[in-house]
Amino acid sequence: MSSDVCKHCSHAACLDVCPTGALFRTEFGTVVVQEDVCNGCGYCVVACPFGVLDRREGDGRVWKCTLCYDRLKDDLEPACAKACPTNSIQFGELTELYERAERRVEALHERGHADARLYGADPHDGVGGFGAFFLLLDDPEVYGLPPDPVVTTRDLPDIWKHTLAASAVLGAGIAAAFLGGRR
Amino acid sequence: MRRAEATMVPPAEPRSYYGRPVIKAPVWKPEIPWYLFAGGLAGASNVLAWAADVSGNRRLGRNARLIALAGGTASPVLLITDLGVPARFYNMMRVFKVTSPMNLGTWILAATGTAAAAAVAHETLGLSGPLGRIARGLSALFGLPLATYTAALLSDTAVPVWHEGRRELPFVFAGSAAASAGAAAAIVTPERDAGPARRLAVLGVLAGGASMRLMEHRLGELGEPYRKGAAGRFAKLAQGLSIAGALVMAARGRRHPGAIAGGGLILGGAACQRWAIFKAGFQSAADPKYTVRPQRARLEASHGHI
Repeated sequence: MSSDVCKHCSHAACLDVCPTGALFRTEFGTVVVQEDVCNGCGYCVVACPFGVLDRREGDGRVWKCTLCYDRLKDDLEPACAKACPTNSIQFGELTELYERAERRVEALHERGHADARLYGADPHDGVGGFGAFFLLLDDPEVYGLPPDPVVTTRDLPDIWKHTLAASAVLGAGIAAAFLGGRR
Repeated sequence: MRRAEATMVPPAEPRSYYGRPVIKAPVWKPEIPWYLFAGGLAGASNVLAWAADVSGNRRLGRNARLIALAGGTASPVLLITDLGVPARFYNMMRVFKVTSPMNLGTWILAATGTAAAAAVAHETLGLSGPLGRIARGLSALFGLPLATYTAALLSDTAVPVWHEGRRELPFVFAGSAAASAGAAAAIVTPERDAGPARRLAVLGVLAGGASMRLMEHRLGELGEPYRKGAAGRFAKLAQGLSIAGALVMAARGRRHPGAIAGGGLILGGAACQRWAIFKAGFQSAADPKYTVRPQRARLEASHGHI
């Protein structure tokens, strides 16, 4: 089983593409939608490589996990971590969680779970590591997770370069259309 | 030995969670493909109008500018009605953000529309002075990116068929915009002044169609949505209408009825092309294989099986 919560990417595509600035990075390093700013354009919905964000029917705005921004501000752990009866969801400093998770993976390997691995614990992956990472027992795609997510804006310089080139070609094409005279 | 060989062969279909999509489908409604069409038409028409004026063809210039104004007026209406909270559309203009093609596009659209409206007002009121020339120049300057930025908008997403087509999509959109602008101007302009518009329409069909073919070729398996379902039907229709329209325009465009028929076909083809690209995005997002397969291949190429 796996939850479909926000991964709080270090390089967050949703935040990059948000045209209103409704999405922002908090003082805790998490990514949060300001519900009083979001105008429901839906750009973040298709930018997210995990399919986390969606528009709420009848409301029109986009909502997602905030890692309990309100609770973090009051020095409380997120409600999911607090409520989970088996402690499957743990909250803490990332470096400390990495160590704990590595030990857990080793223990699982010793017990014969050869496929046990961490997902999102590499700061050099396509999204700069997750703020909320996972311990999986199989390939990520089996859990409905992308095996190698990349922040779409990594290619934005390439995208703008080709867009500008196409604009230039359009201009040249229109100029060329006048070469044959008026008729 | 047999066993070892069998495990070397990767599964034909990538694994998934019961076939459920990895990414979300767009929440965008039919307003968006129509905006892609209207925005492209407005962008290229502004440039056509400016070039016509510079060449001394004032009738073509005025007609193209009125088309640009119509497209530029429809565009914000379409965009605002597509929002989840239309009353908050102005939040787009709280910030200026180059990492968001939608934000940048909003500014480009606003600038183009304002300049085109000022140019038309200046002309209609018969005013003199440099203001009209400045407004016309600005509307053309902003019209160029208006015709193509929507490709950046679609490419800057996690939707495989859009993101992986990022190098060709701007050229598809530029061609489509040129075809639309040329066709629309050729329809409303007397044939003796419409030569450049007719040539632009045919040129746009050729360039847009060739770019589309190149994009599909380079997408390979990821381009499958363009051959299946609704996107496949729109793509086929777009090709048929555009080629028929270009042939009619080239052969019979020097007489006004021929230009009207050819122009109508080309406009229909351009609209279908936008719809094909829009629909392909939904089909590409709905099937996890399009998301997983290239990522899996990337991982295996970089450090063996993970």
